[in-house]
Amino acid sequence: MSIAAVYTTAQDAAASPEAAASPCDIRIADLRKSFGTHQVLKGIGLEIGRGQSVALLGANGSGKSTLLRCCLRLLEPDGGQVRLLDQEMTALGGGALRRLRAQVGFVFQRHNLVPRLSALSNVLHGVQARRGGPQSWFQSLARKEDREEALHCLERVGLADQAGKRADQLSGGQSQRVAIARALMQRPRMVFADEPVASLDPAAGEEVMDLFVGLMRDQGLTVFFTSHHLRHALGYADRLIALRGGCKVLDGAAAEQDMEALKAIYTKVEEPPS
Amino acid sequence: MSENAAVKAGAIPPRFERPGILAFLAYLLVIAFLVLSIEGSQLSVLGFFEGLPYMADLFVRMIPPDLSRIGPILSALLETFQMALVGTALGVLFSLPLAIWASKRLSPHPLVYYAARGLISWFRTVPDLVWALFFVVTVGLGPFAGTLALMVDTMGFCGKFFAEAMEETEEGPQEALTALGARRSGVICAAVIPAAMPSFINTSLFSLEKATRSSVVLGLVGAGGIGIELKVAMDLFEYPTAATIIVCIFILVLLVERLSSHLRQRII
Repeated sequence: MSIAAVYTTAQDAAASPEAAASPCDIRIADLRKSFGTHQVLKGIGLEIGRGQSVALLGANGSGKSTLLRCCLRLLEPDGGQVRLLDQEMTALGGGALRRLRAQVGFVFQRHNLVPRLSALSNVLHGVQARRGGPQSWFQSLARKEDREEALHCLERVGLADQAGKRADQLSGGQSQRVAIARALMQRPRMVFADEPVASLDPAAGEEVMDLFVGLMRDQGLTVFFTSHHLRHALGYADRLIALRGGCKVLDGAAAEQDMEALKAIYTKVEEPPS
Repeated sequence: MSENAAVKAGAIPPRFERPGILAFLAYLLVIAFLVLSIEGSQLSVLGFFEGLPYMADLFVRMIPPDLSRIGPILSALLETFQMALVGTALGVLFSLPLAIWASKRLSPHPLVYYAARGLISWFRTVPDLVWALFFVVTVGLGPFAGTLALMVDTMGFCGKFFAEAMEETEEGPQEALTALGARRSGVICAAVIPAAMPSFINTSLFSLEKATRSSVVLGLVGAGGIGIELKVAMDLFEYPTAATIIVCIFILVLLVERLSSHLRQRII
């Protein structure tokens, strides 16, 4: 399938009544971001319904990570609107921005744990979303109930026995599971993940994706993740969105896509429609 | 011919590139100033060899070291180490917020950043002996003046290295904590400081070694410690007593260095 055909599918999907009817956790309109003269996001618009699992696809440099970071304003967008959980993210500042971020878990590609702290301390950092101060910095200073909750989160990712181990002594898969436990500790209402298994071997990647999507689905959370694994995207997402050159070129139900059509997103034969 | 041109032509590149006219003049100026400095410092090989018999004579007069005043000497030595320890501890403590403000990534405002950087540079560039003189004049003779001088010197030393260590930490964990709604203080205390801790410990231990050596000298200007004992012994030609003091200082500095090296290996 050519890019033009894929784009047609995207337009059809965006106009589907199902997408319009469900309550939206994420609503993005005309999102733009440039680095110097290079325009990475060229007016992206999308809506993601509550409880949906959506995969964001695209080649390197297509703007996937930038889009996720702009949603939480880890990168400031140049223009456009981001509305998360019915709040205008782009209009918030200070404490209000922190409180909204606290409701969104974020799992990074390279887990981003604090290397010299224990797995338990790293999971406990998730409580900073609700409570600041030294009690949320290290497990040794934490409240009893927070320590117990952090241990429970580690139990859910199968790492309760590694609670006291330093993060830099864990394997890649274990580290990513600790990062998932940290996101659970936030008690999030939705979760973003930026290529959560890109740094893992295929077996560990499969295991982590199973755990990640499984845990989030159990809680009925909205999941928005980027991936280069087309099989993961088709297997774990309800809906696929694809970017190419900073533009949205596909938006449709995962069940309706086939592998060959998705591969077209990564070819460099045609330019995306302007 | 430039190196690249020579390589393109297939010839062996020259061993050294010919400097440009400005670089050549700069080299000449540096060499000329070095020669002038040798003259200015009155460097004399003859003077050194003429002084050798006097050095040997002084050495002979120092032996055997006189242990009759070992009690007061050890007491002054303890005071010296206490000055170094307290000065370093306070310096390290005050360096931490100063270094956070002086770290480009963590500073709350560019003005705060430049002010903190300027203060650290000022603390570093003024020698500890000058700080000691300043504090002797302002707070009076004794170990308190020395401790303050060591504290300020440590702030200059640790402030710079702490700030650099924090700037070099991985941004990933900080971004993760920001993303989950942590406050700035939470990001600094839970992600930046733990990551920079090995460097903090290393710098602090070096600082303690440096302060121990400095605290000996500070006594010469009346800022407490064993330095004044050494000066009095030398002024009164009590060379065996001076020898005892020098050996005691040597042992103290050696012990601190060994302990610091041991701690560095154990903790980091």
